[in-house]
Amino acid sequence: MIETAGLTKRYPSVTALDDLDVTVGEGVTGLVGANGAGKSTLIKILLGLVDATSGTARVLEHDVATEGAAIRALVGYMPEHDCLPADVSASDFVVHMGQMSGLPYASARERAADVLRHVGLAEERYRPMGGYSTGMKQRAKLAQSLVHDPRLVLLDEPTNGLDPSSRDDMLALVQKVGHEFGIAVLVTSHLLGELERVSDHVVVLDSGRLLRSSATTEFLHATGSLVVEVQGQPDAERLLGQALVAAGLTARPAGGGQIEVVVKDEHTPDVVRDLTADLGLGLVRMQERHQRIEDVFREGGAGSVLPV
Amino acid sequence: MSSPSEAPSGTAAAGRPAGVIHDLGYRPYGGPRLGEGPVAWSFFLTGLRNTYGLGRSGRSKVLPMGLLGLMLLPALILVGVLVQARDVLDLDSQIVSYSTYPITTQLLISVFVAAQAPALISRDLRFRTITLYLARPMRRPVYVLVRLASLATGTFILIGSPLLLMYVGGLLADLPVGRETTRFLGGIVGALLLAALLAGLAALVAALTTRRGMAVAAVTVVLLVSYTVVSAIQGIALGTGNDTVGEVAGLFSPYTLVNGVQHYLFGVEAATATPPEGAGMGLLYLLVTVLTVLASIGALIARYRRVSP
Repeated sequence: MIETAGLTKRYPSVTALDDLDVTVGEGVTGLVGANGAGKSTLIKILLGLVDATSGTARVLEHDVATEGAAIRALVGYMPEHDCLPADVSASDFVVHMGQMSGLPYASARERAADVLRHVGLAEERYRPMGGYSTGMKQRAKLAQSLVHDPRLVLLDEPTNGLDPSSRDDMLALVQKVGHEFGIAVLVTSHLLGELERVSDHVVVLDSGRLLRSSATTEFLHATGSLVVEVQGQPDAERLLGQALVAAGLTARPAGGGQIEVVVKDEHTPDVVRDLTADLGLGLVRMQERHQRIEDVFREGGAGSVLPV
Repeated sequence: MSSPSEAPSGTAAAGRPAGVIHDLGYRPYGGPRLGEGPVAWSFFLTGLRNTYGLGRSGRSKVLPMGLLGLMLLPALILVGVLVQARDVLDLDSQIVSYSTYPITTQLLISVFVAAQAPALISRDLRFRTITLYLARPMRRPVYVLVRLASLATGTFILIGSPLLLMYVGGLLADLPVGRETTRFLGGIVGALLLAALLAGLAALVAALTTRRGMAVAAVTVVLLVSYTVVSAIQGIALGTGNDTVGEVAGLFSPYTLVNGVQHYLFGVEAATATPPEGAGMGLLYLLVTVLTVLASIGALIARYRRVSP
């Protein structure tokens, strides 16, 4: 879907992108980086709105430098900032934006009704958008990016400014667009946990450079240890830890009243269970510990990336 | 609208039960995609509708529709008098000439342009809707030209419709058809020039400010103050016998400028104290008109080249 080679963008005072080689395929791709890491600049270059200083980029087999209009016809874009006129209803606006992408009026109306339903704007679609909540505005912005049935959508910080429950809704929508609608998605965020949940592939930018690009599953491989939480006594986890070490297992406190136990063989969970019972403690939780994306970033040295 | 009978085809949702109208699944679009021309045309129509508040909130319709009504009212009264009392008053032409009407109603026209240019131009910049237009296939200069065309056409409708009313009234009052048609067409050419001038200047001022209130005030000041100052200077020039000073001053307000062009091109009765006399001055008026329109278009395109998406 997207291929860049040696993509560089220099502004007079700052280098926004530095020799970037990125490939983005089908499904949902997360683009992670702190504010100012170059995410929005990359998106604007991909849309052909900003010229790169050097390097090349191709979107859907079109060169961004020379075929910007062809790309913009096939791609949907949801900007990070507000972009909705206050005195127009979402319904009228999305129809208009569909026409601006080349849909005939009747088709634009039908498509607008469809996508507004998909993003979950019901009766409020007939009210002026100036009175919308942030969540509704983000939905309207997403709807206008989908109205012309693009092959790829570029979503710049779609969860920005949303409360936790609206953020979950928006992420579910993003996942739906990528997987059910069959539209490739490039979604940016400075919050790692979000992308971990919805992306098939994650690209990490740090100060305009590529830090890592790999499938989300690679980030999340099992680490070979268990997280155990017990209760019953004030220092329950310490008692259990001592008993585990005495039984020949490697155990260390994991914070928050939890212990991390390295799995030696398939009997390790049984040993943990039996020892807990012997000590008269209650076993609250025992689960396999997965590595989280943010751990990878800590290892990678991207200290500026914010965990959720 | 979607109906349950239209089963989703070729989508991921095809396998799911489609009994509920709310869950048809996503339907891809396989229909035609129009090129630059039709897209620009539909953008033009939406912009034109928006200048009269259509497709916008109810409140935005009040001012432009009210102004259009106020523009038509004097024309309606004039037509009524002309038709009913032509013989009594021994009238053989329009009571107010086509070229004078826009100057008589210049306050209404200025208010319309001052209010609607920001509604069309500053709005996209203030709400940053411009980003969404730029992220679509339409090119920047096309965006600028179409926005300008919408505003100019909206203004032309405001200036031209009372003239049309007067023309129809003139025919009903049995004024000579040939002479009346010639004068009317001259008036329409003047209305076109005035609309292009006003729209270009107002759009430029509106594009330089993203704050709507500021833009309204700035356009009002530019149009009203320039007209007031110019007509004052022309009055003094006429009184002191310095006609040339007044003629040059007439170049600095769109209303006196266009009236001068009409006086020069069609020989109509001038509505200003010191109309351009002689071919040289007349040509200068025409040249300034054309150059101002072209310059405002050029400046607008240059301004939008710097708009960051």
